[in-house]
Amino acid sequence: MSTSRRKFIKISALGFSGVAAASSLGSMGINTYLDDLITDNSLAPLKQIPTYCEVCFWKCAAWAHTDQQGNIQKIIGNEVDSHCYGRLCPRGTGGVGMYSDNDRLKTPLIRKIINGETTFVETSWEEALTLISTKMASLKNAHGAESLALLKHGSPGKHFEHLFKAFGSDTIAEPAYAQCRGPRETGFGLTFGSWVGSPEPTDIRDTKCLVLIGSHIGENMHNSQVQEMSDAIDNGATIIAVDPRLSTAASKSQHWLAIKPSTDIALLLAWMHVLITEELYDKDYVAKYASGFKQLREHVQDYTPEWAYGITTIKPEEIRKTARIMAAAAPATIIHPGRHVTWYGDDTQRARAMAILNGLLGSWGRRGGFYFKEKIDIPKFPHPPYPKPKWGWEEIGENYPFAEMGITNEVIRNTIPSKDNKYPIKAWFVAGTNLNKSIPNKKLLEEAIDALDFMVVVDTMPMEVTGYADVVLPECTYLERYDALRSSPNRNPSIALRMPVAKPRFDSKPAWWMAKQIGDRLGLHNHFKYDDYKEVIAWQLEQMGTSLEEMEKIGVKNYKRKSGPLYLTQGQDYEFGTDSGKIEFYSPQLAAMGFDPIPKYIPHPEPQNGYYRLNYGRSPMHTFSRTANNPNLNDLKSENDLWVNPKVARILNLKKGQYVWLENQDGIQSTFAIRVRVTERIRWDSVYMVHGFGHDNKKLTNAHGKGISDTELVTKVAIDPLMGGTGMRGNFVKILTEEPAKTALV
Amino acid sequence: MRYAMVIDTKKCVGCSDCVVACQTENKVPIGYCRDWITERVEGVYPNIELELKSERCNHCENAPCVRCCPTGASHIVDGGIVLVTADECIGCGACIESCPYDARYQHPDGYVDKCTFCHHRLEKGQLPACVEVCPTKCMYFGDLDNPNSEVSQLLKRRKHKTLAPEAGTKPHVYYLT
Ligand code: SF4
Ligand code: SF4
Ligand code: SF4
Repeated sequence: MSTSRRKFIKISALGFSGVAAASSLGSMGINTYLDDLITDNSLAPLKQIPTYCEVCFWKCAAWAHTDQQGNIQKIIGNEVDSHCYGRLCPRGTGGVGMYSDNDRLKTPLIRKIINGETTFVETSWEEALTLISTKMASLKNAHGAESLALLKHGSPGKHFEHLFKAFGSDTIAEPAYAQCRGPRETGFGLTFGSWVGSPEPTDIRDTKCLVLIGSHIGENMHNSQVQEMSDAIDNGATIIAVDPRLSTAASKSQHWLAIKPSTDIALLLAWMHVLITEELYDKDYVAKYASGFKQLREHVQDYTPEWAYGITTIKPEEIRKTARIMAAAAPATIIHPGRHVTWYGDDTQRARAMAILNGLLGSWGRRGGFYFKEKIDIPKFPHPPYPKPKWGWEEIGENYPFAEMGITNEVIRNTIPSKDNKYPIKAWFVAGTNLNKSIPNKKLLEEAIDALDFMVVVDTMPMEVTGYADVVLPECTYLERYDALRSSPNRNPSIALRMPVAKPRFDSKPAWWMAKQIGDRLGLHNHFKYDDYKEVIAWQLEQMGTSLEEMEKIGVKNYKRKSGPLYLTQGQDYEFGTDSGKIEFYSPQLAAMGFDPIPKYIPHPEPQNGYYRLNYGRSPMHTFSRTANNPNLNDLKSENDLWVNPKVARILNLKKGQYVWLENQDGIQSTFAIRVRVTERIRWDSVYMVHGFGHDNKKLTNAHGKGISDTELVTKVAIDPLMGGTGMRGNFVKILTEEPAKTALV
Repeated sequence: MRYAMVIDTKKCVGCSDCVVACQTENKVPIGYCRDWITERVEGVYPNIELELKSERCNHCENAPCVRCCPTGASHIVDGGIVLVTADECIGCGACIESCPYDARYQHPDGYVDKCTFCHHRLEKGQLPACVEVCPTKCMYFGDLDNPNSEVSQLLKRRKHKTLAPEAGTKPHVYYLT
């Protein structure tokens, strides 16, 4: 039910019933509808309460508006927030649906066996928390605190991370690393000595040339980037989009390079070849700040645009032309590092190639390229030091020498008992992440969950992962709680406050409260010396020269930069964070570990006849699988479609709007059906869908059974040998026009 | 005073923020909308053009919906805004039929509803909710009679179009192309 013309017509045609009754009532009244609105909106002014959004994790500061009865009416951006420029994205605007959703988790639940049947039973907080702390203590006794793993994302994750570290476990990971942006952090880290981080310090506002490689700004609503891309369009910047699909961003570009999937590194090498052989690179910058240029020049010698043409299907003259455009705009050129970069298993190397290209163009630390971001450190609320665990996420990820955060898939692997499993994991605490929709290879995930002694899930919604839990804890939404202060690195540092806009609905509670309650029961009182998290915030704000009282009025406070200018100044001496202090085109670190010190192009498998590459992306109205049930956002987009090229539609005799099923190369079939969308915007060798649909939990009444889950069809995973990222773009599907179960019966 | 909305199709990303902002601002019931997004694709891969834009009532100068309304519920107010007085609307649907843009819908409460250019906000000196929220800032709003207004300036500087000009309705929503 997307808000499209078709639906609109359908609804206006349906809407005729009940007309007579309503209009006779209406004509009696003296107030018009408009008067009602004016009464609502202007005479009784709405109250503004500060918060920052958590529909995605960009954390835009906002004002929630409540009426006199305390009902949340709308949420709009905080006009002074330098992190979101005063505007929310559609998900933020629709955030009230997260609060009003009646399918929310309402009380703590415990798994019980009644009359031989496993079921969830509603329980009290007291019983749930006591059960959790008792179980945690006994597992610690038997196997060590390390055997308890925390898998988390977002604000609740922070509070449980504190609990886990206090308890003695550093077995912590989040899908946002190995399933999303880890490879680019490692790739850019190896090259420039610093992470890209979130938000990306891309100076899009002032850029003259924005190069997007499979990066879908506008479809992924990373708020300030979308706004800045719009500014860049106004300023006449050139956009170069490399994408097998005409993404929204590609449609705004002057140069869309419709690349053959999985060949991006070849294009990047050919671009380097052009910049170097035509001497278009930033010679002064490279001489002053980079190392390994000679090896790089040698390395890219044979990677001509003609060579790349045969691989990428992009014409040599187009490769040359775009390289020259980038060079002419440099250093105000951005090769955007992208987000969700886990594609083919050589993703760190692809990120390296992108970083090197930025280095050749001299864009790091330059206006219109990458600025130096600055963040404000929030003072740590005092607590005793954390105990030192015997092992943790680093040991679990030991096969991936460049992993810098916990690898969720390795935690999963170590949960499955085997005799060479050195780091056995016995229990999971899952907070704010629906693993079933973020982790590929469902079978492995289920095997791991099966092997667990104990599993707790904290969420606001009955997400699929809750179905596997022993205890489910209902978290209240961001609109119902105090939470950690937001401090986001940007051009200028800023902080934002989140405070309750409304009382928690049902029997839901904030994550900080749960963490403290469990901590108290485990004898960790000294790590939780507050009755209300508000005290922590108030203390922190005072250290920062403001107060809770002030922040409750203004919501956001912007600070002046202290770390120096945004960009390198002419001839400035600067030491990068790498071992050599230089931008490392040739990586001695990689060489020492036996990896390619400069990226190479390696061919990847291609679909067999009758199969299409499964590509997936984002819809601007949704975040992961979190929002599919949100009544406001579900109204905008309630299911995903399968993008199919008209040629493919003709061969397979597919009609627009028809429902089909998918089966991948390993014989895995989609649980539900997906609607066909015939469009020229996609190549004939791939199909595409947005991620986050196909919910199979019936408790998600708006989302259940609508569309399909791309994740369930991702069973072939190419693991990045450097940092453990899970490459998920190498799966192929065939399209089934009959429901598979029926086919099987025949 | 002639209010107009100008939307830059070069910048719209089709995110629907304008739609959800309108729904919350104007209490449009779930399942209905006063504004919506359209996508037009032309060409054959890889030579394709895509246009995304936000559409709504065009507040036509020559409005068939007003002309055909039997009760006078549909009317034009200062600034050229086309409004429906809910109390006077009998829900006959004649306006829905006559609008070439499908801009109107039957509200479940029995009257016909559509975009008002957020008349209630304009009265307070605010912009329409959709304009205020749009993350690409691709929507502009102002007075066509004022040659210095942003909308007049943009229409002077940039190529633009209106929807279905052949219908002769003289729309007040313009699209920069
Ligand atoms: S909010 Fe702006 S960018 Fe988004 S769809 Fe509406 S007009 Fe387009
Ligand atoms: S767009 Fe339709 S509803 Fe709006 S004024 Fe024109 S004819 Fe009337
Ligand atoms: S002007 Fe107001 S009523 Fe019209 S579409 Fe925008 S928000 Fe909705």
